[in-house]
Amino acid sequence: MTLQEITGSAHNFEECMKCTVCTAYCPVVPVNPRYPGPKQAGPDGERLRLKDPEFFDEALKYCLNCKRCEVVCPSGVNVADIIQEARIRYSKSKPKLRDRILASTDFMGSMVRPIAPMVNGVLSLGLTKSIMDGVLAVDKHRTFPKYSFESFEGWFKRNAEASQKQYKEKVAYFHGCYVGYNFPQLGKDFVKVMNALGIGVELLDKEKCCGVAMISNGMSEAARKNALNNSAAIAKVAASGMRVLATSSTCTFTMRDEYPELLKVDNSAWRNSLLLATRFIYEAVSSGRKKLVFRDSYKARIAYHTPCHLEKLGWGIFSTGLIKMIPGVELIHLDSNCCGIAGTYGFKKENYEASQAIGKALFDDIASAAADFVACDCETCKWQIEMSTGNKVLHPVSILAEALDLDLTAEANK
Amino acid sequence: MPKSYKDNEFDVIVIGGGITGAGTARDCAMRGLKVLLIERHDIATGASGRNHGLLHSGARYAVTDRESASECIEENMILRRIASHCVDETDGFFITLPEDDLEYQAKFVESCTAAGIRAEIIDPEEARRLEPSVNPDLIGAVRVPDGSVDPFRLCAANMLDAKLHGAKVLVHTEVTEIIKEGDTVLGVRTVDHVSGGAQEWYAPVTVNAGGIWGHGIAEMAGVQVGMFPAKGALLIFAHRVNNIVINRCRKPANADILVPGDTVCIIGTTSTRVPYEECDNMKVTPEEVDLLLTEGAKLAPSLATTRILRAYAGVRPLVSADNDPTGRNISRGIVCLDHEERDGLKGFVTITGGKLMTYRLMAEKAADVVCRKLGLERACQTAVTPLPGSELGGFRETVKKLWTMPTTYQKATTSRAGASARNIEKGVGLVCECEEVSSGEVDYAIRNLDVHSLTDLRRRTRVGMGTCQGELCACRAAGMLAAAHGCAERARDDMREFMNERWKGNRPIAWGDTLRECEFTNWIYNHVLGL
Repeated sequence: MTLQEITGSAHNFEECMKCTVCTAYCPVVPVNPRYPGPKQAGPDGERLRLKDPEFFDEALKYCLNCKRCEVVCPSGVNVADIIQEARIRYSKSKPKLRDRILASTDFMGSMVRPIAPMVNGVLSLGLTKSIMDGVLAVDKHRTFPKYSFESFEGWFKRNAEASQKQYKEKVAYFHGCYVGYNFPQLGKDFVKVMNALGIGVELLDKEKCCGVAMISNGMSEAARKNALNNSAAIAKVAASGMRVLATSSTCTFTMRDEYPELLKVDNSAWRNSLLLATRFIYEAVSSGRKKLVFRDSYKARIAYHTPCHLEKLGWGIFSTGLIKMIPGVELIHLDSNCCGIAGTYGFKKENYEASQAIGKALFDDIASAAADFVACDCETCKWQIEMSTGNKVLHPVSILAEALDLDLTAEANK
Repeated sequence: MPKSYKDNEFDVIVIGGGITGAGTARDCAMRGLKVLLIERHDIATGASGRNHGLLHSGARYAVTDRESASECIEENMILRRIASHCVDETDGFFITLPEDDLEYQAKFVESCTAAGIRAEIIDPEEARRLEPSVNPDLIGAVRVPDGSVDPFRLCAANMLDAKLHGAKVLVHTEVTEIIKEGDTVLGVRTVDHVSGGAQEWYAPVTVNAGGIWGHGIAEMAGVQVGMFPAKGALLIFAHRVNNIVINRCRKPANADILVPGDTVCIIGTTSTRVPYEECDNMKVTPEEVDLLLTEGAKLAPSLATTRILRAYAGVRPLVSADNDPTGRNISRGIVCLDHEERDGLKGFVTITGGKLMTYRLMAEKAADVVCRKLGLERACQTAVTPLPGSELGGFRETVKKLWTMPTTYQKATTSRAGASARNIEKGVGLVCECEEVSSGEVDYAIRNLDVHSLTDLRRRTRVGMGTCQGELCACRAAGMLAAAHGCAERARDDMREFMNERWKGNRPIAWGDTLRECEFTNWIYNHVLGL
């Protein structure tokens, strides 16, 4: 039992000491005067809302849900959860068509995939961007992630599934919407690396979008449906003792922490079985259980950006630790800053300026790092950094796939 | 021809700035009298500000004291109309727990109905649904029209209206002597605690509305009013656990009422006889805290794990009538004494007894006597005329009428000032973050509501009443007071006093998060600010 469990209140918001460090660290506060800041929107506002729900302030929608307030809070208050829960409970504004489209990442992905080249072409047209800006209020500066013609799942079934049977040790892979519909290459890299480690990959039984975009767009009921679906699928695999790995830090964070806290989906049976791929690999290698053999010719100067949700998980160290194992790499750990995109937040016209202002410190930092490329575990950070700085962003797993001598690694892990 | 007055001449002098005095001053002023109200500290410093803030339906007294019960329900309905910005229409439950006698419920409902109080038996399941915090083991529940009323706001609004009707209000001014000539009271001599100046005031009638301190005021005038000081201790929790008042359906006892008031909820009370000399310095004992917590958790079990903000105690101004040592069975009835009839002392009236929420009726009775003594026939208007702030209805109605897209601070200001919020600017930002008090609201209070100190400000705006207990706001508010009064040193001393007074209330319950917060506050004020 911790001291706080003994002396604290059962009502988490009452543990707030009003030190205001959360508001000092909130990336939105300095750029959006309409946002009251995490302390006021969270623990302070909660008391008023308990007095009368009339005190709910729609400006809470400006919260990025980046969780930086929770990371800095010395009293362990779940500030961002309080804010998101208040939105779920009290907000009267219904999600707009735009919000529904942005939030339905897997629905859109599966609809669009067969006509992906056409959609990608249309989405990149200036005219389309102007229309989306005007009609849907999706900001015209934004570059939409390209849809892939072949889904990851399709590729996996055709090209990889059969060969996975040869491995005794297995993990399940939660690929998420991004790998699923936009960027199967990361999934392919993941399979490559795991196979080299002597581990086979399985897919979950009908995984759905983790729901993070639905939560932030006020569609918590839909998010909960997805959560229940994923929870059942993961529980089934976890019950057999298998680990479930993901490459997206946000999906991982959402399923581990937002499911029980916000969506009230009990994940205690499998929470500890779900890990980010980098953590799993790092631990397997540092314990001596697995070996990595790198190519001598791999040389790179890499700037690593820790996504906010990875910061909240406290697992950034596994990603950087893994990259540091590569002999030819010079790693620059960028200062802890939010990139400003926060999933679908930055795509909305009304948030574009704030989003870019929030990210500015990071963009400047990247510019002065003069790296060959940026590394990051989050897909939306990747879009934001690539659009705003022109730097290429690679996932640590893709970097491994490139830097490893796959044959020798496979040999070493036999 | 209208009567001409000198500057220190009035029709009536009211002593005491509690709710009774403020109500009496308003009533008399609305009847066209020239009124002087004198208060030695600030508004609602005594029992008026140290109670549950319960808008009794009267149900609590229905079985034991029919007269009080009828008075309560009538005044309850009147206050909902005239003081809508001070009242929260929460309703109340009288719950029966397994250890209580369920048969009492029938008698209770019958008595309520006879007193004109709507009392409806509801299913325990329905009670749990309507008020999720209620003890789930309850075996019976009766719903009655209880509510909560903010005593500071109510007092301030009465005083403001008295002033709008021409009354003169002197706070921080103490009566040092009753000026008499033979068997007639001519006026009072006072000392101003801010400037130190002494003065004399004259009026044909002086009303003693000093609450428990009325005992001493009467003595000064040479008459005896036997008061029965009964201490009641209460605990404030850091947020609202319940939104419906929860009472026990049994004979009134200790710690059996849980009232949601503004952002907090309050459990109370105890009842202990105290010597008159101790009335000025009430302390809450560990035994009282234990009792309040144990009994409170029976009403709403989650209280046991909810952060407690403060403990405080007040003294009921009961007029001793029998020999009951606890003071529980004394009538809470109104006592209005015309000392000319009672003691042969002309020009002196005492109004006492009663309850916070029957103040208006007390004031009406006192003003009737005053008018009779002055030979005037003027009708009372206080039962129909809304108080300043209540002109537009309750909180939600007022918010809707005043703003199209209200911000949180506008809503918070409206929840305190009612319709008067339209006169309050935003200012530069928030002074009190816990209660969302803007610098505009603080400024408004300093300019219009007789604020001399941080404690005065707290009573009018809730500055310092939130979770942090002055940690963030005291310094900001002190800065504004320093600017308004042109004296930094006075504001600094005031701030020190204010923080000590906050600590006084924290101390009896200083454990857990409250203690952490106190330590943090101590660190800021002692170590960072060097006070």
